[in-house]
Amino acid sequence: MIEDAVAWVLLAAVAAYACAGGTDYGAGFWDLLAGGAERGRRPRWLIDHAMAPVWETNNVWLIFVLVVMWTGFPVLFQTVFTAMWLPLALAAVGLVLRGAGFALRKPTRRLARRRVYGVVFAVSSVVTPFFLGAVVGGLATGRVAPGTKASADVWSNGTSVIAGLLTVAATAFLGAVFLTADARRFDAVDLVGYFRLRAWASLGVIAVLAVVGLVVTDDDARYVHDGLTSGIGLALVLVAAVGALATAALLYRTATGWARVTAVGSVALVVVAWGLAQRPYLIPTSLTVSQAAGASTTLRWLMLVTVIAVVLVGPPLVLLYRLDTAGALQPLTEADLRRTAAGREPESP
Amino acid sequence: MAFTLGSHILLVPFGVALPAITLLMHYRGLRKGDAVALLLARRWSAVMAVQFAIGIVTGTVLSFELGLLWPGMMGRWGDVFGLGFGVEAWAFFLEAILIAIYLYGWRRLKPWTHFWLGLPLPLAALMGAFGIVAANAWMNTPRGFDLDASGNPVDVDVRKAIFTPMLGPEYWHFVVGVVLTAGYVVAGVYAVGWLRGRRDRYHRLGFTVPFSVAAILTPVQFVLGDSIARSVFHEQPVKFAATELVWKTDTHVPEYMFGRLHPDGTISGGIKIPQLDSILAGFSPDTEVTGLTSVPASDRPTATQATIAHWAFDIMVTIGSLLMLLALWYGWCWLRRRDLPRSRWFFRCAALAGGACLLTVECGWITTEVGRQPWIVYENMRVSEAVTDTPASSLWVMLGIVVVVYVLVLGAFLAVLLKMSRGWRLADEGALSGATAGDVEGDTPYGPRPLSTTAGVDGGRE
Repeated sequence: MIEDAVAWVLLAAVAAYACAGGTDYGAGFWDLLAGGAERGRRPRWLIDHAMAPVWETNNVWLIFVLVVMWTGFPVLFQTVFTAMWLPLALAAVGLVLRGAGFALRKPTRRLARRRVYGVVFAVSSVVTPFFLGAVVGGLATGRVAPGTKASADVWSNGTSVIAGLLTVAATAFLGAVFLTADARRFDAVDLVGYFRLRAWASLGVIAVLAVVGLVVTDDDARYVHDGLTSGIGLALVLVAAVGALATAALLYRTATGWARVTAVGSVALVVVAWGLAQRPYLIPTSLTVSQAAGASTTLRWLMLVTVIAVVLVGPPLVLLYRLDTAGALQPLTEADLRRTAAGREPESP
Repeated sequence: MAFTLGSHILLVPFGVALPAITLLMHYRGLRKGDAVALLLARRWSAVMAVQFAIGIVTGTVLSFELGLLWPGMMGRWGDVFGLGFGVEAWAFFLEAILIAIYLYGWRRLKPWTHFWLGLPLPLAALMGAFGIVAANAWMNTPRGFDLDASGNPVDVDVRKAIFTPMLGPEYWHFVVGVVLTAGYVVAGVYAVGWLRGRRDRYHRLGFTVPFSVAAILTPVQFVLGDSIARSVFHEQPVKFAATELVWKTDTHVPEYMFGRLHPDGTISGGIKIPQLDSILAGFSPDTEVTGLTSVPASDRPTATQATIAHWAFDIMVTIGSLLMLLALWYGWCWLRRRDLPRSRWFFRCAALAGGACLLTVECGWITTEVGRQPWIVYENMRVSEAVTDTPASSLWVMLGIVVVVYVLVLGAFLAVLLKMSRGWRLADEGALSGATAGDVEGDTPYGPRPLSTTAGVDGGRE
């Protein structure tokens, strides 16, 4: 019982990371494709402004996913990190470079340097979600079981590659939808159309990848494939598809605020559908939720910590997003930092 | 892992303590309407922004590494001691949210609202530190479980696993240590400016506030350091023996300052002070101190590891004692004249104190981690059982990549900080001489200059 509840917490955290972190990765994806310093100037300016206040918060979801994993399901954690060693190691390197690239680009002022940091940030924004997606895809194929040694086969098969690509496409979609809304918020009229077009394009790519994925997973990841094409899994996927189409329509109707809601909803629903399709397994057909669960006292405490945390963290999180969307959060400008106060004259000449 | 943790731990003092010191300055600025204090607080928060971002990525990588390098430990013990990390994750979450509001709230929020929203920041940071230290204390004195026939933990008692005997001493030693370090490092920056002749109120304030905090905490840390050493003596006698180079269990044990332990138990070099070790451990020369030979050779650190732990410990203690003198010097002048010491040597020492403090943080960490060898979970799991079975060659390649990435990132981080402070100094000096600060390539190489008038007061500037 309690292990199911913790599994739901884990799934919810994964969905939250997919949406919050995904939006950030998507912004990085478009940063990569924005073109040279001159042509990409305005999109990059928007990406910088839109991401800056929230990207750290969005990143912390991942830490929470990992913590719930090792506290709640130590065997799962051990299995995944042993078998998927290389892609996870690469994703970790990508995470460092990405965060550092973004953080250092802001205060850097020389163009050449900014370019370097920007490229580092943008490239790793694509690499990291790809590998994370590939890991999830590899798990879905059932190639991993407790005790599996690290090997290329578990994450370089068709399903993994498709899952990786789908993840990147989904982040690009989320990123574009949010940036369209931000462009409207910052009154950058020209960028509204720019990012709206990209949101539509990524939706098309997702559709193509989904069809390919359906074929590939048919025999490669039988268990998850069945779960997603029948019953509640199928229902959720269909709702998600409707949500995605609604997003496209809302973008056209300039209702960009609502488009964000439907876009996030559809991505979250796909994650939940995937989780349900795996039931009762954490790793299809080799490790069930109850087999992987840690000590039940710990799980109860973990739930308690989670509840307290929701009470403590929830309100500030809402406050942050509200302040952000209300435009109350603005970076300190150079002028603020340089404005010289009185009292700078030498004390005792 | 050791390397990334070693790098991350250098950022920790600032993640935990910089918000506190900044808020203190902020409070002073608001309370007294002090524009200089507000300017300092604003600039420190700009530093905090970059520092926190780097800290968050190195921290995320650490949680990956727990899995990539220690799958055995996490698989078996994750549910026993992982909860501390759970507390940390949420506290960190809160910190990330609050820091975002604080950093980006300067311009549009009401001054006092902004301050009050930032105030919970140090508390969240302390809570996060609590979670992490709880996990580490557990590794030193594991509690809260029984072992079944096959050696797996059962009957987990979470309360006992979190509140282990080492938690109290380790936590307070850690908290005071990081605030102290951040205080000395920040003050050190202004001490350098002071030495270079920039003796204005800006530098005086930037020096005095963090230095006072650090100086007050130094004697506190002295007492705490003594208490943690005694806790180690009681809870982890073999580790204590390693840090003090005690070979045979005995009374009237001498204290060695530095020196090197050989595998046959002899000690070369160093300064020997008769009886002192026993006195320090139990206030009497008759105190019996457990020696390394009390356990089989396979269950204790090697001579080299013991020497490393011993040196790290001694360096930490030595620097701590020197800082104590520095704090007394400062306190003496303040009591006598209500003014900073006039000697240039004082400021030279103060400038060095920050770096020395970072060294002690690193040494303290080495002492606790190397002193625990060969155990990763004290007396329950060896490092070799916990480590991943990924081939050593790929681990080395990975380590190589990680080292390169970290050196680049930390190097770039320092370069950016230096650039920022140089820019500010030029701006200040430019303003003093009546000229406006020129900048080479403009504020915003990305993005248009004037966005539109509705975009707010910043008019599209970065």
